[in-house]
Amino acid sequence: MVENRPWLSVATHVVLIIGLVIVLFPIWVAFVASTHPADRFVSGVVPLLPGTHLIGNYAAVLGEGARQNGLPPVGPMLVNSLVMALGIALGKIAISLISAFAIVYFRFPFRKIAFWIIFLTLMLPVEVRIVPTYQVIANLGMLNSYVGLTVPLIASATATFLYRQFFLTIPDELAEAARIDGAGPWKFLKDIVIPLSRTSTAALFVILFIYGWNQYLWPLLVTTDPDYYTVVMGIQRAARATDQEPLWNLVMAVAMLALLPPVIVVLAMQKLFVRGLVETEK
Amino acid sequence: MAEKRVVFSGWGFPALLLLPQLAITFIFFILPAAQAVRQSFFRADAFGFGERFVGLANYTSLLASADYLQSFVTTLIFSLAVTVLTLVISLAFAAAVDRLIRTSGLYTALMIWPYAIAPAIAGVLWWFMFDPSIGIVAYWLRVGGLSWNHLLDGTDALILVIVASAWRQVSYNFIFFLAGLQSIPRSLHEAAAIDGAGPVKRFFTIVLPLLSPTLFFLIVIDVVYAFFDTFGVIDATTAGGPGQATTTLVYKAYADGFLSQNFGSSAAQSVILTLVVVALTVVQFRFIERRVHY
Repeated sequence: MVENRPWLSVATHVVLIIGLVIVLFPIWVAFVASTHPADRFVSGVVPLLPGTHLIGNYAAVLGEGARQNGLPPVGPMLVNSLVMALGIALGKIAISLISAFAIVYFRFPFRKIAFWIIFLTLMLPVEVRIVPTYQVIANLGMLNSYVGLTVPLIASATATFLYRQFFLTIPDELAEAARIDGAGPWKFLKDIVIPLSRTSTAALFVILFIYGWNQYLWPLLVTTDPDYYTVVMGIQRAARATDQEPLWNLVMAVAMLALLPPVIVVLAMQKLFVRGLVETEK
Repeated sequence: MAEKRVVFSGWGFPALLLLPQLAITFIFFILPAAQAVRQSFFRADAFGFGERFVGLANYTSLLASADYLQSFVTTLIFSLAVTVLTLVISLAFAAAVDRLIRTSGLYTALMIWPYAIAPAIAGVLWWFMFDPSIGIVAYWLRVGGLSWNHLLDGTDALILVIVASAWRQVSYNFIFFLAGLQSIPRSLHEAAAIDGAGPVKRFFTIVLPLLSPTLFFLIVIDVVYAFFDTFGVIDATTAGGPGQATTTLVYKAYADGFLSQNFGSSAAQSVILTLVVVALTVVQFRFIERRVHY
């Protein structure tokens, strides 16, 4: 702070408190709604303080009880989401790391072309090629499978660029020393490059886990079997499960379960998360 | 392209390393994209048995379609509103946090939550708060004398998806604005303060110009977000309605192709959208190049 201006300090805190209310209020309202019985939402105004049905509501959406209300159980959906998030994050990291290594540490024909083909994927998000991508997945028999949920999404230009940038900062002396000592490229990659990239990889993992967990359109396209629903797309099924008003207490319990894992990851690994964000957008 | 001086020899091993990435790119990106271009020149018959070449008919009928032009307008209004709302709110928060010394870490930790929340979930949270019969915000609006019903009123529905989309994006912008603000040297503030410039004047004459690279970067990011990533917000809440009020270009491509099985038209829309992405990417990279020289 450059100078002491009491009114400005007051204004600062007012802005921030308003900010926190805007950011946190929707989550609070959802949490509160998920702790009340269904009849609390028939008319009037939603309560702002937690009720007594917390355990009952969450048990109902997680297990078989959900079916009585026309919802698929959320427990298996959470498992599917976890598989998808981990599969996408680890898959993207693995294939991007090795392709960046190939592009940086070798000279071979078509190297630049390979680089540009990977770059091209930035320009073709799922949203712009919905139907033909679906047809490819259907023809390969990958609908309603974990392979279909993860593999098509693991090509990553951003992660490849990030690793490429990082590899370019690794001193040439290391590769020279490794070569003199008789280490081949595989040994150099495994024993030197991968350990050196640890921090970048961790930061990338946080971002990619959130990206994978939060996928919506993709699971909507490739799953028709409730056994493969993920929780983020399940929210839509839950909200539209009944013809009348949604069962708000259960819908909000599903929403809380869907948002909690990525929020915990962000809060627990805040430093890595911010670093990952800034690096992936360079 | 920057190069390494020391490299390994051989081409078999690097080819093997590139194979997974290239195979996935080819099968799931390039093939469908080529398929979309091809399909955009064909029209399937009503029973889905065959298709016939129709040239540019899918494109011309799109451009003549009032629905499509309307979804263009909706997308522009939606993207502009989401971008402006996000930028203004996140800049205000970042500027406020930047003034703090001791509690800034706490505020930052609380402010970055929404980024972790999927757009579809963010949409459902706001949908609930705005619910015409029991929503708390709808209730406040009624008390304030405003009627609210996003199930019937197209404008209300559009406002709902704008607010939910912007809410999710504020934390992302906040992180970048805060980093930008914190990289401005204190000495600049101090020098200006000694010369008699007050906080408001300093913000507009020093902070904002120095922040302009971050600002332009975030504009591009927010527009891309509003165009593509908000699909979940719309699909989980309004599903493009009421009527066509919240049908953006991406949502229309999905609805026409996936729900109405109108493949030719959807493919033509995909091609047009791809051109939009290419244009945005070019803008983004040209800008990033400029930023390097800044």
